[in-house]
Amino acid sequence: MNENDVPVRARGLVKRYGRILAVDHVDLEVPAGAVYGFLGPNGAGKTTAMRMLLGLLRPDEGEVRLFGRDPQHELPAALDGVGGFVETPHFYPYLSGRKNLELFAALDGDGARARIEPALELVGLEDRSRDRVGGYSQGMRQRLGLAVSLLRDPRLLILDEPTNGLDPGGIRDMRALIRDLAARGMTIFLSSHLLAEVEEVCTRVAVIRSGRVVYEGTLAELHASASPRYRLRTNDQLRARTVAARAAGVRDVGEEDGHVVFTADEPAVLGLSKALAAAGIGIAALVPERATLERLFFELTEGVEEPHRLEAVS
Amino acid sequence: MRPTTLTVYRWELRKLLSQKRTYIGLGAAALLPVIFVSVMAFQTGGPYDAPLGHNLRHTGIALTLVVLTFASRFGAQLVTALVAGGIVANEDSTGTLKMILTRSARRAQILGGKTLAAFTYVVALLLAIVATGMISGVAAWGFNPVVDLSGTTLAAAHAFGLSFAALAFYGVPLLAIAAFGVFLSVVTRNSAAAIVGTLVYELFMEAIVGLVHLKWLPHWVLSAQFDAWHGIFQTPTVWSPIVRSIWVSAIYAAVPLALAFWFFLRRDVAGD
Repeated sequence: MNENDVPVRARGLVKRYGRILAVDHVDLEVPAGAVYGFLGPNGAGKTTAMRMLLGLLRPDEGEVRLFGRDPQHELPAALDGVGGFVETPHFYPYLSGRKNLELFAALDGDGARARIEPALELVGLEDRSRDRVGGYSQGMRQRLGLAVSLLRDPRLLILDEPTNGLDPGGIRDMRALIRDLAARGMTIFLSSHLLAEVEEVCTRVAVIRSGRVVYEGTLAELHASASPRYRLRTNDQLRARTVAARAAGVRDVGEEDGHVVFTADEPAVLGLSKALAAAGIGIAALVPERATLERLFFELTEGVEEPHRLEAVS
Repeated sequence: MRPTTLTVYRWELRKLLSQKRTYIGLGAAALLPVIFVSVMAFQTGGPYDAPLGHNLRHTGIALTLVVLTFASRFGAQLVTALVAGGIVANEDSTGTLKMILTRSARRAQILGGKTLAAFTYVVALLLAIVATGMISGVAAWGFNPVVDLSGTTLAAAHAFGLSFAALAFYGVPLLAIAAFGVFLSVVTRNSAAAIVGTLVYELFMEAIVGLVHLKWLPHWVLSAQFDAWHGIFQTPTVWSPIVRSIWVSAIYAAVPLALAFWFFLRRDVAGD
């Protein structure tokens, strides 16, 4: 594929703050038309990497190309066709929402002013557009942030936690809007720690942990890569757990909600069922479990299974 | 079509015009001459030893320049520092800087527009002083001839015109102070630090002139250039301090501005 057709291509991105390695040799490639989720716990390096994509930070090593252009050396041309924001979008509180949009449109040029009305309508702020932003809720600012990004008529939209501060209805509307924009052919790169959101809207994800990308691919591939996990219920759970722990190929044996849980491939499960029968233990249920994105996320970002929730997962 | 520096400048002015503190600064500047006249109305004395001070109570034309002589001790620099010191740092701390830096304007255009807006505010400040100074001065003491610093009597209309020229020359070092404020605003990313730093910079120069008694020193120190306008009110006009003030101020403005642009074009924009 021609490099100019690839919305985001990052190679070996490194950013250090003193002795802290915030971003550690990150490679990203966002294909055209994807809704690409950038996942990671707080402090993993998502926002730092996104700032480098938008040319706000200079990487210590590596390079970024947005549609083939380098935001470090070709600004503002490298941001042509790119809209978005990092962290919470900020505005001038003493200006109205509409005046803020007019200001940003003036800084965009190229007919951006004509896109103010459609953008306000799309994010549902046309009724409050003449109010000062100082009186807006965080959710309204978030929607204004999306409107300001759309003024650039973007082919690539970069959004940092776009549902932050939105109420449940706002979250639903924002997700629908993201899907709608993607359906129009826009490539969307969004960071999130809301796994349900990612599962609902993203076609491809990268998971970042301590500054490093630990997974990059489609959600289906991520699910397929997970070790099969089973839940077992018997007439003697205590002995069943001991048998499972000794069985060949059975790993991570534990207990959850009165079930023995473990990870194993199919031959090992067959071996375990025979061992349980030989021990005189009756099997009431032996159920394979589809790995949740939440479990996969914790495995990738913490190396353990669901020890606790980092953030509220909607 | 991409935005120009003029576009950025226009919007910077609109932002300034939308903020209360802009009007508070201008209002305070405009009140200075009125307060000055009011105080003099209730007492017999006055700053008669100040340049052109001997004209007070005889003509209102001299009031503005006498007020500026006192303002140049601190007031004008304070208001200049307040605006210039916050022009970039405020946006840094409120998070709007990262928003405007991801649009289609170049960083140099952003800083250029902001610097021009800060300079415009300084000019507006001086115009506010001269407007109320002339109105309140003439209302109190009339539109009469002025005796200049050489003892020559100047016709009222002529002195009135010279006052604007003097004001322009007074503004030149003030713009250099503003340039330093912009530099600190860019480098410190903190408006309080930039404002205080700009004032300390001015005080430091005042201290050097006051403490180090070298005859040539005031020629090269920015704070001393605020007196260059005296040359306009001498007969014949003494141009050498005026010309020196222009190029000394230009150096004092160019160096911090060049550093500010160099830094702004390369700096990381991080944090909310």
